[in-house]
Amino acid sequence: MNTPQDLRYTEDHEWLRKDGQVGVTDFAQDQLGDVVFVELPEVGRQLKKGEAFGVVESVKSVSDLFAPVAGKVAKVNQELVDHPELINQDPYGSGWLIALEGVDADDAAGLLDAAAYLSQQEGGH
Amino acid sequence: MGKRTPLYGEHVALGARMVDFGGWDMPVQYPSGILAEHEAVRTRAGLFDVSHMGEIECTGENALEFADHLVANDCMRLAMDQVLYTPMCYPDGGVVDDLLVYRLQDRVLLVINASNTDKDFAWVREQQDAFAGDVKVRDISSKTAQLALQGPKAQEVLQRLTAKDLGEIAFFHAAEDVEVAGKRALVSRTGYTGEDGFEVYLPAEDAVHVWREILRAGEPEGVIPCGLGARDSLRFEACLPLYGHELDDQHNPLEAGLKFFVKLAKSDFVGHAALVRVQEQGGPERRLAGFRLLERGIARQGYPLLDVQGQPVGTTTSGMPSPTLGAAIGLGFLPAALAQPGTRIAVDVRGRAVSAEVVKIPFYRRSAK
Repeated sequence: MNTPQDLRYTEDHEWLRKDGQVGVTDFAQDQLGDVVFVELPEVGRQLKKGEAFGVVESVKSVSDLFAPVAGKVAKVNQELVDHPELINQDPYGSGWLIALEGVDADDAAGLLDAAAYLSQQEGGH
Repeated sequence: MGKRTPLYGEHVALGARMVDFGGWDMPVQYPSGILAEHEAVRTRAGLFDVSHMGEIECTGENALEFADHLVANDCMRLAMDQVLYTPMCYPDGGVVDDLLVYRLQDRVLLVINASNTDKDFAWVREQQDAFAGDVKVRDISSKTAQLALQGPKAQEVLQRLTAKDLGEIAFFHAAEDVEVAGKRALVSRTGYTGEDGFEVYLPAEDAVHVWREILRAGEPEGVIPCGLGARDSLRFEACLPLYGHELDDQHNPLEAGLKFFVKLAKSDFVGHAALVRVQEQGGPERRLAGFRLLERGIARQGYPLLDVQGQPVGTTTSGMPSPTLGAAIGLGFLPAALAQPGTRIAVDVRGRAVSAEVVKIPFYRRSAK
């Protein structure tokens, strides 16, 4: 399972990049299976840490997306509307979900690093 | 840890994602994914482990009469080696389970849902105690493995492993003591996918060998192992009901669209009086209907169905994006007046009313050969 070193992670299997981009992990996309539908928030919405901001659906399941940190939605990935499969194909790249602005650096630093995320997976699954 | 079929080790070795299903550890999908597995069955063939299904064997002079008393469909018209699909009801008309009844040489075989096996067997036992004729019932689920090879190429592939001419087995018929890859099996032309195909019942200890041989024989056609995820999406498109979704003890089979499988002309069966009453009162007040979403969104089991005024009028029993049709569709119970194709309704998708239209079911029907 691919887990880039330069990202921060949550226990809910989401990642946060330094520039505020948010997505789901390779592990998450594998667990979800074929993603067929994505529901994303409006640009400008203020999210609290842990707040549900959207939904990814596979053929069989519905999963909520949770904000890894507090921030304002600056961009949403409109490509996913017509191509939700990008989440499976490129979860850390073209399958990104939203970009947050105004993220507190300490909040971001408080998330899991790659090693901690991996050990949580090994322990929990 | 849940119960395991004889093929558990095969699933893990193939990289399947295992989930709990009615107390069983079952593969929901293999690495190929639900969409690829679904497509394999619609266009080629796929192999399913359905060993979790329950089997009850009825023997004795009056075994067929006993089965006929238990279920709503007409077992007495079954020819030797013929199979029928039927609901089995409580006296109030609610559904205990839906099942297949096989009339075989020296026994009648009931094939029931995995998650209902214990409940069904207890129910069948209770009915046996009250039955005047000669019948013995036995739960042979744990000794019996079941494989389903489904799809347009199923016959061609399975034929490579047996000397029996599979063309002789008609739809909803079976053949006993068929050698498949050197092992004796009961083979029927039945399934739960809306495609042509076979179900193969065999002793648990022979399952791994036959599973591997079918996958090997089907390699040139692209036959792949398929999990419960694809089984559900396939049966859903074909509108084959699933117990716990379209069927339960709160709904009778007439509401669930199974009128064809309820023979009220039969003199008696458990639930007969209640179902006759429903018919005499003008038919069921609510009916299972299919619908298609007209806006972005996916209906899921439990999502409320609304009329155009936004009032709740029913509930989604199954819903998902249809891999074959490329549209979000669903099944649900609606008042009879709203169950007509063309009727506008809406689905409450997590607080958002998404408009939908009632459509004809089944959503998918395979083209005639």
